[in-house]
Amino acid sequence: MSEEPQKCVIVLMSGTFDHAFAAFTIASTAAAMGMETTIFFTFWGMKAIQKGNFTGKGLFGRMVGVLNRGGIDRIGPSKFNFGGVGRWMFKKMMKDKGVVALPELRQTCIDLGVKFLICKTSMDVMEIEDDDLIPEAREIVGAATMLAEAQQAQIQLFI
Amino acid sequence: MSENATPSLVLDLKGLLCPMPVVKIAGAIKQVEVGDIIEATATDPGVMADIPAWAKSTGNEVAKMERDGKVITFWVKRVK
Repeated sequence: MSEEPQKCVIVLMSGTFDHAFAAFTIASTAAAMGMETTIFFTFWGMKAIQKGNFTGKGLFGRMVGVLNRGGIDRIGPSKFNFGGVGRWMFKKMMKDKGVVALPELRQTCIDLGVKFLICKTSMDVMEIEDDDLIPEAREIVGAATMLAEAQQAQIQLFI
Repeated sequence: MSENATPSLVLDLKGLLCPMPVVKIAGAIKQVEVGDIIEATATDPGVMADIPAWAKSTGNEVAKMERDGKVITFWVKRVK
């Protein structure tokens, strides 16, 4: 095996708690295993790296900003959210079992050098600004950038 | 396997679940010298597969892995 570092690219399309958890778990573990790891956040996936303020400028943009409000603490499971009760239950169950909390897991990725890339087109469509994102998520790119990374990677995942 | 070696770092990973045991070991391995051994205790049964997988991927060595009831004790040696 050559000495070139292995690479892992994850596309996070989904904005739910469970999908974000999977993405950050795999990314942090890949980074811990010495892989150069990248997460490309697109469409709903951007919620996992938004600050959580209301976004949007025009009428539709602001409607999306309310209905699809981002923020790592706000996203819920893809099933059984029940208006937030399910989210609370899952978080409690995970905490009781000693599972790391999602914000801390995201920070672990950042600390391990996982690169966050954000989809420019998604940001434009939903009228999300640079400043609506967490400071560690400011590399805003297009699909070609993500694909160039993915071409070099041994592991490519779509979550 | 060096029987007379002593660990230069001891980690308590009890109560941590995937991915944290591997993440913590990966961070700790950078803090010891090549040839040094880290001793760790964990309760997540997943480490029995995960730590060897991590070691193989990073070129390090699992010098020992034992289970005593709920607690798993393992030694990881920094190879490079």
